[in-house]
Amino acid sequence: MILNKSGIFEINARNLLCPLPVIRVQDAIKTLPSFTKVKVIATDPGVKYDIPAWCKVHGHSILSIDNVEREIVILIQVGERHER
Amino acid sequence: MNNYKQYKAISLISGGLDSMLATKLILDQGIHVEGINFFTGFCVEGHTHAIRKHDKPKRNNALWVAEQLNIKLHIIDIVEEYKNIVLNPQYGYGAHLNPCLDCKIFMIKKAKEWIKENNFDFIITGEVIGQRPKSQRKETMPLVATASQAHDLLLRPLCAKLLPPTLPERQAWVDREKLGNISGRGRKPQINMAEQFGIKEYAQPAGGCCFLTDEKYTAKLQDLWDTQGKRHYELDDILLLKVGRHLRPKPNFKMIIGREEGENNYLEGYKKQFTYLRVLEYVGPLVLIEGELSAEDLYLAARITARFSGGKTASCVKVQVGRKESDPLELEVKPFSADDIKQEWYI
Repeated sequence: MILNKSGIFEINARNLLCPLPVIRVQDAIKTLPSFTKVKVIATDPGVKYDIPAWCKVHGHSILSIDNVEREIVILIQVGERHER
Repeated sequence: MNNYKQYKAISLISGGLDSMLATKLILDQGIHVEGINFFTGFCVEGHTHAIRKHDKPKRNNALWVAEQLNIKLHIIDIVEEYKNIVLNPQYGYGAHLNPCLDCKIFMIKKAKEWIKENNFDFIITGEVIGQRPKSQRKETMPLVATASQAHDLLLRPLCAKLLPPTLPERQAWVDREKLGNISGRGRKPQINMAEQFGIKEYAQPAGGCCFLTDEKYTAKLQDLWDTQGKRHYELDDILLLKVGRHLRPKPNFKMIIGREEGENNYLEGYKKQFTYLRVLEYVGPLVLIEGELSAEDLYLAARITARFSGGKTASCVKVQVGRKESDPLELEVKPFSADDIKQEWYI
């Protein structure tokens, strides 16, 4: 995960098949504070379902999903943290 | 003072109906349940759906189940640790290279570690006595609980009434009377239970959720081990075994031939690591080569590649060959006929 010039954390999930992109998102978001924005770039079309499903059950928001040529770009906002 | 404690369980979610029902039975008793799913690299779930363009739905069923039940799902990457289970199973293999009993013990053990780290109280699974010939038998169920060190923190809600009461039952965290008494390979009791819960849609994986139970897949895995001279694999090796046709025309090289656009796109990601071939001027597969090729081998591979392209009946087809650290070259070859492709080349 890198912090890009726009101040958004970026996850490169290109050429990974589900559930690996979801695992990358899950592991990255664990370390981030509430309301941080995270951009995921993937090539597996399965992410269009899997990442929103994972975000939904964990309380994170999908801000956008775009197809850019052969890639899928998903913007996530980390939900509010609650202590277990 | 309120002494009420919210008990918490982790449920092993495969994406199939049984783990969905087991979770529902416990959720309905007021227990807080979260799901856990282990990624071994051999999961049927996800990859095959994702790669092939025409396959649908392109979704991970474990996540779909979590979404339906409105529970969190934690997906745990166990690829590295799992190698030892595949390569050295203490309890041996099933019909193919499936170390089901070792696998079940390992996953329950990981779940036990997870509940300790996350302050959860017990583990649930969708296991049913007699459902699987290797890991879900009356004799092996206590073994799984003991060898995983989960002991009586492991509750199997679908068949709990047929097993000794576990800690959550003895302590009345859950009501044993509301648990199931299902056994055997039939699916009717589960289908009836799904109807009672109003669950209309669920995945019905044919042949289980693991490629290690698949005869064709394990033949390819065995071929990998035989040709590399040792039992070993990396994640990319086992993912590539799921993609394309695998042909070994000669002992020194194997061809992975994309079957359609989705597979070709996936194989594109590996082009820099392999010698690759593709037909120019016709629609055709991307082909990766594993092994070292002589000039003669290259012509053989090019003729096979041409056979699987839109130019298969042409008298001459141009095939591009890309090699690591050198410029691509072009060969002009006559495509093989269907009879030239020997059946024994298929792995």
